[in-house]
Amino acid sequence: MNPILKIILQRLGLGLLTLVAVSAVIFSAIQMLPGDFASAILGQSATPETVKAFQHQIGLDKPALERYWDWIDGVAHGDFGYSFSSAGSLGGGHDRPVAGLIAPRLKNTLILASIAASVAVPLALIIGILAALYRDSFFDRFINSFSLAWISFPEFFIAYILMLFLSVKYQLLPSLASVSEDSGIGDYLRACALPAMTLVLVTLAHMMRMTRTALVNLMSTPYIEMARLKGASRWRLICLHALPNAWAPIANVIALNLAYLIVGVVIVENVFVYPGIGQLMVSAVASRDIPVVQACALIFAATYILFNLTADIVGIVTNPKLLHRR
Amino acid sequence: MTAQEDAVLMQKTPSSAANRRRRFWRHLSKAPISAWIGIVIVLAYMFVALFAPWIAPHGETEVVGGQYDPWGEQFLLGTDQLGRDMLSRMIYGARNTISVALMTTSIAFIIGTGLGLLAATVGGWIDQLLSRIVDVIMAIPQLIFALLLLSIFGTSIISLVLIIAVLDSTRLFRVSRSVALNVTVLDFVEAARLQGEGTLWIMTREILPNILAPIIAEFGMRFCFVFLTIAALSFLGLGIQPPTADWGSMVRENATLINYSDITPLLPAGAIALLTIGVNFIVDWFLHITSGLKE
Repeated sequence: MNPILKIILQRLGLGLLTLVAVSAVIFSAIQMLPGDFASAILGQSATPETVKAFQHQIGLDKPALERYWDWIDGVAHGDFGYSFSSAGSLGGGHDRPVAGLIAPRLKNTLILASIAASVAVPLALIIGILAALYRDSFFDRFINSFSLAWISFPEFFIAYILMLFLSVKYQLLPSLASVSEDSGIGDYLRACALPAMTLVLVTLAHMMRMTRTALVNLMSTPYIEMARLKGASRWRLICLHALPNAWAPIANVIALNLAYLIVGVVIVENVFVYPGIGQLMVSAVASRDIPVVQACALIFAATYILFNLTADIVGIVTNPKLLHRR
Repeated sequence: MTAQEDAVLMQKTPSSAANRRRRFWRHLSKAPISAWIGIVIVLAYMFVALFAPWIAPHGETEVVGGQYDPWGEQFLLGTDQLGRDMLSRMIYGARNTISVALMTTSIAFIIGTGLGLLAATVGGWIDQLLSRIVDVIMAIPQLIFALLLLSIFGTSIISLVLIIAVLDSTRLFRVSRSVALNVTVLDFVEAARLQGEGTLWIMTREILPNILAPIIAEFGMRFCFVFLTIAALSFLGLGIQPPTADWGSMVRENATLINYSDITPLLPAGAIALLTIGVNFIVDWFLHITSGLKE
C-alpha cells in the first residue's frame, strides 16, 4: 500500500476515535447532573409524577450505554433529541426538537465564520511572510510588539470599539446584526460586516505571529543558509526554499486559529446579537437546557477535530520527505 | 557579561542567593522598554487591587446616585445601571477579577505541573493514561467545554474556578511533561534513583528546579489566557455573578451606553486588555532571557 495513503488512513482512524471519545465525554455530561435536577428544571411545584415523566422523556430510566447509543444513533440521523425548554409543558405542549433550533443558526454561523476566515487567513499569511522576510527590521519589530499587544485584547473590547466608531459615531454599519430566513445576500453582508471584522482582527494577530515563527525557525536551517550563500534573493529564498517546508506548520497555525475563530464566534455573536449557534449555546447554558448545549458542543468539537485532522493531513501530504521515499 | 558567559557561570558556581540576586538586577537594568512598561503596569494593578477599600471613593455595591449619571465632579466616571459609582467598581473590580484569575491559574498550575512531572518521572501506564485523558480534553475547544460544564454545575465562583483550572491544567501538563522528559534521562536523576530517593523527592528536588524557567513563563501565559477566559464568561453572564464588581460583567451591564457614544463600557474592557498586555510583555522578556542561555 502507498505509505502516504496508509498514514492518512491511520490519521483518519485516530480522528474518528477522538470524535467517539469526545462524544462520550459530552454525552456523560448529563450523567453528572445532580439528583434534584429534574425538579430544578420543572420548578418547585412539580409533582413526583411529572418528575418521573420528565426523567422518562430524557431517558434517565434506561442504562447509560443504551442511552449513549440512542443519542449517537440519533445524531447520525440529524436528530439531537428535544430541548428542555419544552419540558415545562409536559402533557400538553408540543416538543421542540433541538435539530430544528440549530439548523438555521448553524447556517448563519457558517456564513459569518467563512467570511471572517476567507479574509483573515490570506491576510495573516501575507503579513507573517513579510515580517519573516524583513526580520528584525523596523516593520518586523513594529508588527511584533503591536500584535503582542493586540492578542491581549478581549474579543468584546475590539467588538465594542468597532461598534463605537463604525456604527455609532459614523453610522456606516448597523450595530445589531439582525438577519432572518429571507434576508438577501446584501442584507447578510451588511449585517455580518462588523462581527466578521471583529473576528478577523481577533484571529489575525495570532495567525500572523505563528506564521512568522514557523518561517523564522525554518530560516535558521542549514539548507536555507546554503541557498543564501549561493546568492538566492530573499523572495526566492522564502517562496521557493522555505515555504514548501513551512506548509505543515502553517496549516497547523491555520487550524489552531480556526479554533480561535470558534471561541470568537461565541462572544462576537453575543455582542452583536447575531442569530448563530454561539448565541444559542450561551442562552442554553444560562437556562441549563442541556440537550441544546450538548448538541452545540458536539458541533463545535467536531469542527475543531476536523480542522486539526485536515491540518495533519495537509502536513503529511506536503512533506517532501514522505513524497519521495527511498 | 554575555548570555553564554552567564550560562557557564550558572553551571560552574553553585548559584547562591546573592549571586542570583545580582544576576536578576543585571537583567533588570538591561530590560527593554516593553518589559519596563509591563512591570509598571503589573505593579500598579497590584497596588490598586491590594488597597481597593482605601482608594475607592464609594463602596463596591453602594447605590450613590442616579442611573447612568454622566462623568463629573462627584462621580469621576459616572454611575452604572443601578446608580453605583463606576470608579469605585472599577477599583474593586481589579481586586475581584485578578484574584479569581490568579486563584484559578494557581490551581491549574499545581494540578498540571504536578501531574506532568509525575507522568514524566514515573512513565509507563500512568503516563499513557494521563496523556490520553489530556488529549481528549484538549480535543474540545476550551471555552466550549467550559460552557458545557457550567451548564451542568451551574454558575458559581467555585465551579467557575475549578472548571477553568482543570481545563487549563491540560496545557500546563503538556508543557511540564515535555520539558521534564528531557531532564529525567540525565545522569543526576539516574543517580538519585539508584540512591533510592522516592518519586516525590525526584520530582520536586531533582527535576522541578531544572525546568522552572519555562514553567514560570508558561504560568504567565496561562494567567493571561485564564484572565481573558473568565472575563469572556463574565461578559456572557456566566462567570462572576452580580453584585460582585468584575470587569467582564461591567462591560455587559453598561454596554447600552455605547449606543450613545459614551465610552464608559470600554473602560473595564480596556483595563482587562492593559493588564494582559503588561503580563505578556514581561513573559516575552523573560522568555527572551531564558532562551538566550540556549543560543
